[in-house]
Amino acid sequence: MFKNALFLSAGLAAMITATPGFAQTEIAWWHAMDAELGQRLEAIAQGFNDSQDEFVVVPSYKGTYPETLTAAIAAFRANEQPAIVQVFEVGTGTMMAAEGAVNPVYQLMADNGEPWDPSGFLAPVTGYYSDTDGNILSMPFNSSTPIMYYNKDVFAAAGLDPEMPPKTWAELETMSRQIMESGAAPCGFTSGWISWVQLENLSAIHDQPYGTLENGFGGLGTEFTFNGPVQVKHWENLKNWADEGLFEYGGPVGGGDAPPKFYSQECAIYMNSSASRAGVINNSGDFEVGFAPLPYYDDEIEDPKNSIIGGATLWALNGKDPAVYEGVAQFFTYLSSPEVQAEWHQATGYLPITNAAYELGQEQGYYEANPGSDIAINQITRGTPSANSKGIRFGNLTQARTVVDEEFEALLSGSKTAQEALDAAVERGNQILRDFEAANS
Amino acid sequence: MQTKRTIFPNKLLPYALLAPQLAVTLIFFIWPAAQAVKSSFEREDPFGFRTTFIWFENYTRLFSEPGYLNSLTKTAIFAVSVTLLSMSLSLLLAVAVNRVLKSNRAYTTLLVWPYAVAPVVVGILWWFMFNPTIGIAPYMLRGLGIDWNHRVDGNQAMILVVIAASWKQISYNFLFFVAGLQSVPQSLNEAAAIDGAGPFKRFWTIVFPLLSPTTFFLLIVNINYAMFDTFGLIDATTNGGPNQATNILVYKVYADGFLGLNIGSSAAQSVVLMLIVIALTAIQFRYIERRVQY
Repeated sequence: MFKNALFLSAGLAAMITATPGFAQTEIAWWHAMDAELGQRLEAIAQGFNDSQDEFVVVPSYKGTYPETLTAAIAAFRANEQPAIVQVFEVGTGTMMAAEGAVNPVYQLMADNGEPWDPSGFLAPVTGYYSDTDGNILSMPFNSSTPIMYYNKDVFAAAGLDPEMPPKTWAELETMSRQIMESGAAPCGFTSGWISWVQLENLSAIHDQPYGTLENGFGGLGTEFTFNGPVQVKHWENLKNWADEGLFEYGGPVGGGDAPPKFYSQECAIYMNSSASRAGVINNSGDFEVGFAPLPYYDDEIEDPKNSIIGGATLWALNGKDPAVYEGVAQFFTYLSSPEVQAEWHQATGYLPITNAAYELGQEQGYYEANPGSDIAINQITRGTPSANSKGIRFGNLTQARTVVDEEFEALLSGSKTAQEALDAAVERGNQILRDFEAANS
Repeated sequence: MQTKRTIFPNKLLPYALLAPQLAVTLIFFIWPAAQAVKSSFEREDPFGFRTTFIWFENYTRLFSEPGYLNSLTKTAIFAVSVTLLSMSLSLLLAVAVNRVLKSNRAYTTLLVWPYAVAPVVVGILWWFMFNPTIGIAPYMLRGLGIDWNHRVDGNQAMILVVIAASWKQISYNFLFFVAGLQSVPQSLNEAAAIDGAGPFKRFWTIVFPLLSPTTFFLLIVNINYAMFDTFGLIDATTNGGPNQATNILVYKVYADGFLGLNIGSSAAQSVVLMLIVIALTAIQFRYIERRVQY
């Protein structure tokens, strides 16, 4: 008995002397990346932890984007918030309005003497995440934009040129019909994220306003205006194409049924985030995939505008020790280094958020070796962004998107026309914006 | 009724014995409910920086909102359908098993299995079977000429969640009905049979009235189940869609509060939900229980 105790205390003493003289500062990072993306993210945290011994970044998976945001808010109210939280672009308006909760990244970097050069980021990224004074409030991390994926084998079977994906919606319609009629596939196209791809990006590409006050960038008094002629025409088309079978609906929000429709070769064309690239490549073992920009209406716009951003940024939350923010600032510097960014971008399909990461990829010959991997970046940087294509910023956008999904379902079920559905979505959406304005002023 | 009165020599002891239960009730039931009532009179940003007391605005807004009235209707349809379907089917099964002489234990065991499945898993199972893209059920229904797509068709979505919710509850009802049937005295049945009453007549005039306490109990349990416990199932199958066709009250509380971060409205909805259930239970005890024969 005594002997055992002696051993134990000896062991304990050894352990105490073995620990370093100072404790490492822990930085909690809540995120919403699961599966492969989650592993990639953890590798980044590990890379940072190995690169120095003062701070430890501890990533924790908190569920979907909305769940992560809700968890962070609840934690903030209970004073248990993480130092860093990943918030999707839809939550940007909510976070920006919560001034007391956020440690703005431009200030954080300046306070801790870390280099900070907003011009190093891709222009659309800077534009999307800056406040009205041009300051970036959160650290860009995973940004994507929707593109078009298509099944080259089905195109060939339908007698189409597999190297000539449709450029316009008119071409897409004829090609889809040919694919269906030839029996190459039972459906022409499907789409994830109806609200983001078939309304927000549609409006940006065709230079149509999504809301007043520069799409909401100008203030909380903004109102939705996405019931214009181009949007109505497009939704009318989608309804007709759905009735004909050319288009199949993949469900609300992210459209969970859309990818299997494409993977199983039921639909020949699939529109979704550029970050779906890894999943598409993994699941298209039986056929060859092509990549193309989103189609546009050539009778509405000659030179389509850039598409807009989705994905998430990292927000530093207030209420931690200064030492923690020092670590956060160093971590952000590490995160935006060209090597880390280029690797993340190439493995996931997210955009390279800095010009340096993009140039590094070019030097490495990545884009030549992987055809189609630069579609997203070319599409989001083409032309000069207008006020309508700079992005959108609305509070409570999660709810507004739900409204868009619901009205789209009303359109598909035939209970509303395209005009009625979009009018109703605008009206209900504006109510949500007024609520947000009232709660935040 | 006889009541036994225990006399405690010490005046404090009974309160001390009650204290743990009271503490649990206060901390886990009364306190959160009071918080919800408080929040329902306020408008607040998600982070809780600005709180404004707005009296009944959350409530008045609620009842002028078409989405909420729709949700009330859908909840009524859902709760009534689930209760009727699961109770009638389980009564049928219980009577059938009760008549089987051999191996009725085996049937009972098999029929109770679904109850052990968690609501979310039930949701996923039915989601899989009825998924318009990869599900087996739409594939077979297409053979019968029915185009199943509950992503677009609200009625089909409602049918799906009603079936899934009922399926899960049948086991529970079944167990109680089997137990209830076994307590019906066999002698009454035999006497009626001798008097020439057929099986149907015997069921409706003897067995069913004697089962009424069980039926009454299950009625309350089932309505409460349909209104509260089906959240996970809705979340996993339809997310309240399409176009709010299956957006029942309890799901809307979650969607508006947790996804929409509209705490005031969500709290007001949960208070209304609480009042509905209190009212329903009161009505049931006041009026229906009178006709129940214990």
